[in-house]
Amino acid sequence: MKYDVVLAGVGGQGVLSVGLVLATCARADGFEVKMSEVHGMAQRGGSVNATLRISDAPIHGCLIPQGTADLVLATEPLEALRYASELAPTGTLITSTEPHRNIPDYPPIEDLLRRILALPRAITVEARRLASQAGSTKAVNLVMAGAASSLVPIRPSTFETQIRRVFGTKGDRIVEINLAAFELGREAAQCVAA
Amino acid sequence: MGDEAVALGAVHAGLTAAYAYPGTPATETFEFLLGYSKRHGHPVASWCANEKTAYEQALGVSMVGRRSLVVMKHVGLNVAADPFINSAIVSVHGGLVLAVADDPGMHSSQNEQDSRFYADFARIVCFEPADQQEAYEMTRQAFEVSERYEIPVMLRLVTRLAHSRSIVYAYQEEAEKPLDKARDPASWTLLPSHARGLWRRLLEVQPELVALAEESPHNRLTLSDHDRGLGIITTGIARGYFLENLPELDSSPSHLHIGVYPIPVAKVRALAEQCDRILVLEEGYPLVERQLRGLLPTPLLVQGKESGDVPLAGELTPDAVRQALGLPCRPISVPAVEDLPPRPPQLCPGCPHRDSYNALNEALGDYELSIVNADIGCYTLGAAPPFQAIESCVCMGAAIGMAKGAADAGLHPVVAVIGDSTFLHSGVTPLMDAVAADCDMTLMILDNEAIGMTGAQHTVLSSSRLEPLVLGLGVDPDHCHVVEARPANVQKLADVLRHELEHHGLSVVIPVRECIEHVKRRRKEAKA
Ligand code: SF4
Repeated sequence: MKYDVVLAGVGGQGVLSVGLVLATCARADGFEVKMSEVHGMAQRGGSVNATLRISDAPIHGCLIPQGTADLVLATEPLEALRYASELAPTGTLITSTEPHRNIPDYPPIEDLLRRILALPRAITVEARRLASQAGSTKAVNLVMAGAASSLVPIRPSTFETQIRRVFGTKGDRIVEINLAAFELGREAAQCVAA
Repeated sequence: MGDEAVALGAVHAGLTAAYAYPGTPATETFEFLLGYSKRHGHPVASWCANEKTAYEQALGVSMVGRRSLVVMKHVGLNVAADPFINSAIVSVHGGLVLAVADDPGMHSSQNEQDSRFYADFARIVCFEPADQQEAYEMTRQAFEVSERYEIPVMLRLVTRLAHSRSIVYAYQEEAEKPLDKARDPASWTLLPSHARGLWRRLLEVQPELVALAEESPHNRLTLSDHDRGLGIITTGIARGYFLENLPELDSSPSHLHIGVYPIPVAKVRALAEQCDRILVLEEGYPLVERQLRGLLPTPLLVQGKESGDVPLAGELTPDAVRQALGLPCRPISVPAVEDLPPRPPQLCPGCPHRDSYNALNEALGDYELSIVNADIGCYTLGAAPPFQAIESCVCMGAAIGMAKGAADAGLHPVVAVIGDSTFLHSGVTPLMDAVAADCDMTLMILDNEAIGMTGAQHTVLSSSRLEPLVLGLGVDPDHCHVVEARPANVQKLADVLRHELEHHGLSVVIPVRECIEHVKRRRKEAKA
């Protein structure tokens, strides 16, 4: 079994944090994990991508061959579309619908969403709205992780344990917000997928 | 992370001190060491003014018999080349390891030079890990090899290893080495009379280094009985890309993996005897391929980057390797969307450099012809719209020297733009030249109190010590101004610049405000 994820978004959005949540949980479930990151120039508000590979056998490298990703997980719709071509024929795209407009020629959002939904398997979530519903827009990464959770080969209970473990030091309230954000993301993705 | 695996390996090898200048993709090795040192009280870990000063400090540690690590990015080694090349000749005493991270694909660099050539040039041993576990183990071995052969040892990483995460299994820690000063000062004093002997000694040890590479388990030769056509040589992370594609090949070819240099000649020959053609897969410049190919024709066909079978520029990918192996392209399920606007990196909202560039653009608006030489840092992003404020970026510190050259050649007005950290790294000496000539140029030192691009590390000297330093170099106090860089001050800053552009002599303007990321980092550190 191997599961390859391309993470996409805008530098500074927390693309790596989403990946780290998934990587930590996959590791806790006993999988081999490799994750590539981007640092430096690439982080300054530009388009960024990272890769996460999960497997029950040794993983040779962190890069995912073109057109073979099982999941493209994007925190931003324009970036989702930019990396959609990484998808394998059976792959799924999950993206947040909320645009991050930091360039003058940002395309009309309806246009982007229409093109995203025309893909064979696309799931959209209103990540920021759900995060603030959960109690903090900072939890947007957990919404995205939640949205991906029913597709990645990680046990649901592992997510809960790890969220409690990682955020435990920051107090109960933060744990509850992140758990709620995760649940909302999970439900939103399942509704669309169903 | 690969970077962190190196740091952990060094700590477990009984490291005494580590020195570095931040640079992507090498920064995280040192960040890890800083954190470790804070928690455990050792090793010594200090950010340095530049890579050269870092390397020299490590040499000092080695001379008194203890282990030291120097960390830098590939272009940093150009700056440290002088101590590096010469350190190969002295009799290194305490283990000295240089961890250098190359950036093929130029994710965050101005070139994609290959540090293995430096190791070859200096005639020392180079380890090239293929994964995080090897990065940890090789770092530890590198210290031993350094002490055994009395040479510095290079550990060469590339972005995809430095910045990718995986599990690393650590083993038994070693104790720190005792203080033990090198006995023979002559072996550290490169007077020509000593250096000749030391150089000969380094040449004499070369066969031993080749023997080390021949015997190393990191250089693994697997000969295939059935496939006598194609042989594969991989180095470093290219092995992963080869193995990724291997299941799709009809048969498994003979394969030599190289993880330790000098090149294991006998193993290469053994591979060549089995094959009619060798495909070399290496990340970076074609080092192994060139040595194999030589100048004169041989019956053996050597394929790789020079032959055009693998792209010469850019990063190696599993797809490029697939093509070189002759495997068919994968069917495309979702075609790439071509008409999307690019999203290049840009200055953070509220970044102080924005105010500096707005002021500079306004001040220069009055001139038909002018030149702005800039440097390396976040502010290089001022080359892109909406600012388009700068016209060059070559290497650390080049802004000042280039501006002086342009002024010497007769252009006016000439502006040099450099960040505070880049100025301390390599800008002080060219400023001395400009002071000596009272050059007709205006230098802007953008003081954001941080090394912004690499994650807002603290600069070696605090911001308040910048102006005294500049004045100490002999800059006229009447033409040295410190102005706060904030939106409300753009007009004021533009006026100061306008005035100084008209002054026919050297002026220095220091717009100052703390980098936003640095504020965040400081708050985080205060909390921790
Ligand atoms: S990191 Fe600091 S210096 Fe760099 S763009 Fe952001 S605010 Fe400006």
